[in-house]
Amino acid sequence: MALPNNYTYEVAILVGLNAVVCVGLNLLVGYAGQISLGHAGFFGLGAYGSGILAARYGWPPALSLPAAVAGVAVLAWLVGRPILRLRGHYLAMATLGLGIIVSQVLATEDRITGGPDGMAVPAFFFTGEKAWYWVIATLLVLTVWLAQNLIDSPRGRALRALHGAETAAAAAGIDAARHKLAAFVLSAALAALAGALTAHYSGFITPSKASFLHSIELVTMVVFGGMASTFGAVVGAAVLTTLPQLLAGFKDYELVALGALMMLTMIFMPRGLVPTLESAFHAARRKPR
Amino acid sequence: MLRAASLAKRFGGVRAVHDVTLEIAAGAVHSIIGPNGAGKTTLLNLLSGIERPDLGEIHFDGAALTGEPPHRFAAAGIGRTFQNLQIFFNMSALENVMAGAWLHQACGLAAALLRPPGLARAEQRAREEAQVLLEFVGLARWTHAASDAMPYGALKRLEIARALAARPRLLLLDEPAAGLNPTEARELDGLIRRIAARGVTVVLVEHNMKLVMELSQRVLVLHEGRKLAEGEPRQVSADPAVLEAYLGAEHA
Repeated sequence: MALPNNYTYEVAILVGLNAVVCVGLNLLVGYAGQISLGHAGFFGLGAYGSGILAARYGWPPALSLPAAVAGVAVLAWLVGRPILRLRGHYLAMATLGLGIIVSQVLATEDRITGGPDGMAVPAFFFTGEKAWYWVIATLLVLTVWLAQNLIDSPRGRALRALHGAETAAAAAGIDAARHKLAAFVLSAALAALAGALTAHYSGFITPSKASFLHSIELVTMVVFGGMASTFGAVVGAAVLTTLPQLLAGFKDYELVALGALMMLTMIFMPRGLVPTLESAFHAARRKPR
Repeated sequence: MLRAASLAKRFGGVRAVHDVTLEIAAGAVHSIIGPNGAGKTTLLNLLSGIERPDLGEIHFDGAALTGEPPHRFAAAGIGRTFQNLQIFFNMSALENVMAGAWLHQACGLAAALLRPPGLARAEQRAREEAQVLLEFVGLARWTHAASDAMPYGALKRLEIARALAARPRLLLLDEPAAGLNPTEARELDGLIRRIAARGVTVVLVEHNMKLVMELSQRVLVLHEGRKLAEGEPRQVSADPAVLEAYLGAEHA
């Protein structure tokens, strides 16, 4: 797909990066039935981790990026392991806390992170909107393919089973804690990957990308697009990334709009946009004219 | 096969199960009966690892399972169904049974993400095996139905098919006849016989006395969390202590 100008490319790249995060987050929220309110923290850690290694320690981005992603995966594993043994929504609380700590540290440790003003990050070996566009597009297709494979595999069934009836899943020999942890670590790693790519793409990062508001934005994208639907996650990311670009004049009301959208989604289409449209489409086809 | 010694479980001040010792021999249908609130479901939860006993020990084929999480009980070969349906309502009937076979199709995260040809073949086999099980319990026509669109009696049998998918050596059935009409109950009788004929040892918790008396080789009577009697069905049904617990003192 060829796009008309640089600005369009830029928006498309942003959509792609957010969609990668949302496809991962949807594995956790939509399939494993666990909520993370701190995914922007993982995004930020990926961005700053790779950015700091590259800018302050001179690592080539091709090394700093996987190192940052692996570091975030280990952190998610350490946080998730004790918490996901408990039943219920304790992960939401823990990730909320973690996200707030991350954004505070990024904003205050200004000697390393540049503080609230952010820091410059070295570019990748390729530059230019067009090259980035193709890289991100490929990454998104790959992520969707991997996620769909996972969902259709025995592990995906195990995830959906423990979401559907955890006691029965355990009685079928499914170790709920292990599967939730795998989904959590995978989704955190994808967020970190998207964060690191964002940093190297834009050449500059600020702590706002790791903020609680951004975490809520990500969850809203997943819920609006449709939980337990990979394409829903992509659509949610696309709509909620482009809308604020189009309505730039209403920047001050972003949080209000986000809250309203979340409420309206829950009231009028609790399953989200894509699953609701899917069943409407099937119902219309089945109905005799 | 299964040995439980001095099991005890309290909920607050209530002794749900108190000092119950039991031994289940391989290759028979065993029933656990008792009035409402006797502790039957709690006992089944202890035997399947869903609840942890406060006291006592559980051994299955010589392996100690006491205090282990429920998925280890399943891996050891103990399957179960639930009195209050625990269906994966977010899946089709076929997928429910396939999910029940997790222990025999566990795959690594990398394989799940990359879907190598071997996994695709294994999935096809799993689908066929699940179809066979759905036929076995008489649900062939519901194979591709969304489970939340199935009637109650069919869901009861779906639970049994799902439990069988794990290929248990011991199957615990928690009130499989509850809520079924007489025709369905008769079909269930036949189904349990066919399960036992496959070499699966069955433990049946049931209120339907006709079913219990016809099917079981051994009956254990629970009353107020304690073991009241144990033996062959005829022997137990003539026991004065059992009659008193069920019907009140004047009938004893």
